[in-house]
Amino acid sequence: MVSMLDRKLGRDLWRLRGQAITIALVVACGIGGFIATHSTHDSLTRARDRFYESAHFPHLFADLKRAPDAITHTIGRIAGIAQFQTRVVQDVQMDLPGVIQPLSGRIISLPPDNSGMGRLTLRKGQWILREGSDQVLVNERFAQARGLEPGDTLQVLLNGKRQALTVAGIVLSAEYIYATRGGGLPDDEWFAVLWMDAKRLAAAFNMEGGFNSLLVRLEPAASEAAVVRALDRVLEPYGGRGASTRSEQISHKIVSQEIEQQRVNGTILPSIFLAVAVFILNVVLHRQVAAQREQIAALKALGYDDRSIVLHYLKLVAVIVFAGIVLGIALGQWLGHYMTRMYTAFFHFPQFRHQTLPWVIVASAGAALGAAALGTVQAIRRVVTLPPAQAMRPPAPPAYRPALLERMGLSHWTTPAVRMIVRNIERRPVRAAFTVLGIAGSVAILVSGTFWRDAVDYFMDVQFQRAQPGMIYLSFVEPLGPEVLSEVARLPGVVRAEAYRSLAVRLRHGHLTYRAAISGLPAGARLQRAIDVDRGEQAIPPAGLLMNARLARKLDVRAGDRVWIEVLEGKRAVRQVQVSVVFDELVGLNAYMDAAALDRLAAEGPRYNIAALTVDAARRDELLARIKTLPRVSAGIVKASLLESFRSTTARNLLFFTGVLTLFAATIAVGIVYNSARISLAERAWELASLRVLGLTRGEVSALFLGELALMLAAGIPLGFLLGYALAALIVALTHVEAFKIPLVILPRTYAYAGLTVVAAGVLSALIVRHRIDRLDLVAVLKTRE
Amino acid sequence: MSAPSRDEAIFVGRKLTKVYRTGEQLVHALRGVDLEIYRGELLVLLGPSGSGKSTLLNILGGLDVPSSGEARWGEHDIGAADEARRTRFRREHVGFVFQFYNLIPSLTARENVALVTEIAARPMPAQEALRRVGLAERMDHFPSQLSGGEQQRVAIARAIAKRPEVLLCDEPTGALDYETGKLVLKVIADVNADLGTTAVVITHNAVIAAMANRVLRLADGLIASIEINAERADIETLRW
Ligand SMILES: Nc1ncnc2c1ncn2[C@@H]1O[C@H](COP(=O)(O)OP(=O)(O)O)[C@@H](O)[C@H]1O
Ligand SMILES: [Mg+2]
Repeated sequence: MVSMLDRKLGRDLWRLRGQAITIALVVACGIGGFIATHSTHDSLTRARDRFYESAHFPHLFADLKRAPDAITHTIGRIAGIAQFQTRVVQDVQMDLPGVIQPLSGRIISLPPDNSGMGRLTLRKGQWILREGSDQVLVNERFAQARGLEPGDTLQVLLNGKRQALTVAGIVLSAEYIYATRGGGLPDDEWFAVLWMDAKRLAAAFNMEGGFNSLLVRLEPAASEAAVVRALDRVLEPYGGRGASTRSEQISHKIVSQEIEQQRVNGTILPSIFLAVAVFILNVVLHRQVAAQREQIAALKALGYDDRSIVLHYLKLVAVIVFAGIVLGIALGQWLGHYMTRMYTAFFHFPQFRHQTLPWVIVASAGAALGAAALGTVQAIRRVVTLPPAQAMRPPAPPAYRPALLERMGLSHWTTPAVRMIVRNIERRPVRAAFTVLGIAGSVAILVSGTFWRDAVDYFMDVQFQRAQPGMIYLSFVEPLGPEVLSEVARLPGVVRAEAYRSLAVRLRHGHLTYRAAISGLPAGARLQRAIDVDRGEQAIPPAGLLMNARLARKLDVRAGDRVWIEVLEGKRAVRQVQVSVVFDELVGLNAYMDAAALDRLAAEGPRYNIAALTVDAARRDELLARIKTLPRVSAGIVKASLLESFRSTTARNLLFFTGVLTLFAATIAVGIVYNSARISLAERAWELASLRVLGLTRGEVSALFLGELALMLAAGIPLGFLLGYALAALIVALTHVEAFKIPLVILPRTYAYAGLTVVAAGVLSALIVRHRIDRLDLVAVLKTRE
Repeated sequence: MSAPSRDEAIFVGRKLTKVYRTGEQLVHALRGVDLEIYRGELLVLLGPSGSGKSTLLNILGGLDVPSSGEARWGEHDIGAADEARRTRFRREHVGFVFQFYNLIPSLTARENVALVTEIAARPMPAQEALRRVGLAERMDHFPSQLSGGEQQRVAIARAIAKRPEVLLCDEPTGALDYETGKLVLKVIADVNADLGTTAVVITHNAVIAAMANRVLRLADGLIASIEINAERADIETLRW
């Protein structure tokens, strides 16, 4: 049989259903967000780790010019290397029918029977069957972006010779979970990774009996740094560019950055949701308990003990929180699935399933239940410990006093209505503060959750309009002499051409080293510039190094210090050079030098391996067609296409996230505003009804009542802007990504969006409450004392 | 109906005082009250507002504790008992009726009564309790659907359903009109007569006193007088 207290519970819940539902929804948002982001983070991490394991993902990667197979004996003797594998990697230009832009391909020699490191996963078609054949395997990203199927053919410029290659199969590689030529932008439409029979590839590039790429797996206890040093010594005579670790491997870097961001987003925002949910729950409970003070006293007078009364209210809360938890788990699973699916467009894993670890559910549900229980016990203890005789006496009539404004002598500025509103707020300053804080919290969630758009726009503007304003960027298969500049300038439609040298070096300062590329920029370069975050364009000093702060920190260098530069190509000079300027750049660990100074350092005379062009739009297609035929161009990047594809992929995701966050924040705002309105309505029904009896209209009474809410919204929203900024700063600070700093740029549009969303939520809540004010039953309200 | 026996006091109060502290101020609600309450009697407490009636009643019912003095129920000093024992005492022996009924608004009349029968040792069925107060017909109504007098009768039903030894009523008619108040008082008198439940009724209306066995007058925290009614008036004839 259901006990009477439980019936009371059921009926109280029904009576409070509006409030119960809004609270449960807020709890659901907190739990759903927490579960979704955590499970996505977990799923991503697991998919990556599993893939790495099954593919024997290497620990070290080394590129070199060409080494004979004979030196593998020397490599095998390096202590700490568990396994290594040599291969040939070549960047080439490609062509697909109907594609105007140049396409880049990276051809990699396929190890015999797909063994060892860099093992591929076949998704479609078949492995290359015949030795020496013109068949290739294509990475799935490119194949999908271009709709390639096994049996299709590609035109590839193999060492200057156009060659038709047939797609045998479509594969995944752990090295190209994310594939990009370097910029970090999605590049799948223009960048293909191809695997080819080793013998055929070697023959095409005169690499028989040699290799130019090395993969290494370390023994568990091996020192990464020691192995890198030993490898570099062995490979140096063969044009070694210095071995790099996983942390420098571009796909790994981008996947790991994303995982890191999920981790931060998955902890901070959902924790705020949960905290806000718990907070609302507490406020509502305190008021519920206060409103039921005399009922509680009656129960005690009837002989119910404290424990059963506390338990009764705990149950009330448990039902609400439980509903929120169940809803939250469902929401979290759905969102998590969706986000995981979204990531499959970015990252290609052989197995990528959304999975929620039990602890994530248990932890979030536990936090919600625990916090709610704590709040309940706190709220109710005050009333329960009150001797029943005292609880039975109605609480002393609220003591009003002239509000601060009036005490300051400003009363003649205000109408009686405003005075009532202000006094009401002042009478319960803590409660008003809580409500204001709750409103601010939902604004802050919106601001900090949607400022990404501004940050990305800012980033794109600095990187692609100011630092690299060129329209087409070319990279060459190897550094070329000064004549290349005039050749490029003569290409059809070229308006302006610049050429630069990017020199692979190892920088050394004390015991710290870093493998970097120094960009040589000629005086007056306009299409490739160093941009300081605060000061704009940074002039290149005529002598010495210009280094960005991130790299300087890595090497513990200050302006004026001298660093060792070991050139990793050509003459391999080793020089000590002064760091003339350290500046604040948005992205990367970059160093710049005057072009002439860099040429002196390289000791090869003027050489260029990158060119930047601005072009006459009318002749663009003609130019692109020409570029495709240039044998010494390994990649031609059309900036606009790249940005376009980036915008279209991110726009969809940003829209989704903005939508979800808006819903969450609006739910929270409604939860706060609606609940505080309902509770004050319950407390003040008598007062409002009396005003109606005195002859005030519904509109006037509503204005009196809702004016209070409006005032709190007006206070909460600006506070939310501040909190949102602080929260965004916290997220930025907690996201540990070495290569860049998320710019903390929040545009007015983001504040406006957050503010308006919360105002809309407030208005919606007010309308619902207004409906109740209009229906106040005057006689009934005045009959009861409460 | 057997006349209440002179010698069997179920409550004995000795030198009861109660001091409330509100901020700096001390309020002496009771200044040393000695009293006995006899089994089966109907005792009316009279006195002006603020004279300490509620305080005394609450101490007797174990809702509150005295600042000093003794409040004995049989062998037990309930004034000195802890909260748990006082809760048990209330649950087992006392039925309360308050001026504002203090019904649980979300429970029907029957359920409000069941609230008590559930935790009582040998209760009467909720229906019977409601029948006694003349509300058998309105059992499934919520408090908001009942008039003030009906609500107070539900409160009385709730108080008597556990068959308490004593019924403590604090201004049960204070919020009611004349006719309704009379009906409520009749119900209390009937319970006292039919079930033999000792009843203590607070009022500030002297006319009610006529129906009591004894009338105890409080003034300023002290007992001003005790009158014994040789002949109790019938409730129907009372006028006030
Ligand atoms: N909880 C309390 N705090 C402070 N003063 C109280 C409290 N309860 C009662 N009093 C004071 O004690 C005195 C007696 O109160 P009460 O017993 O309620 O009087 P009565 O019921 O006779 O009207 C009054 O002056 C009242 O203000
Ligand atoms: Mg009183």
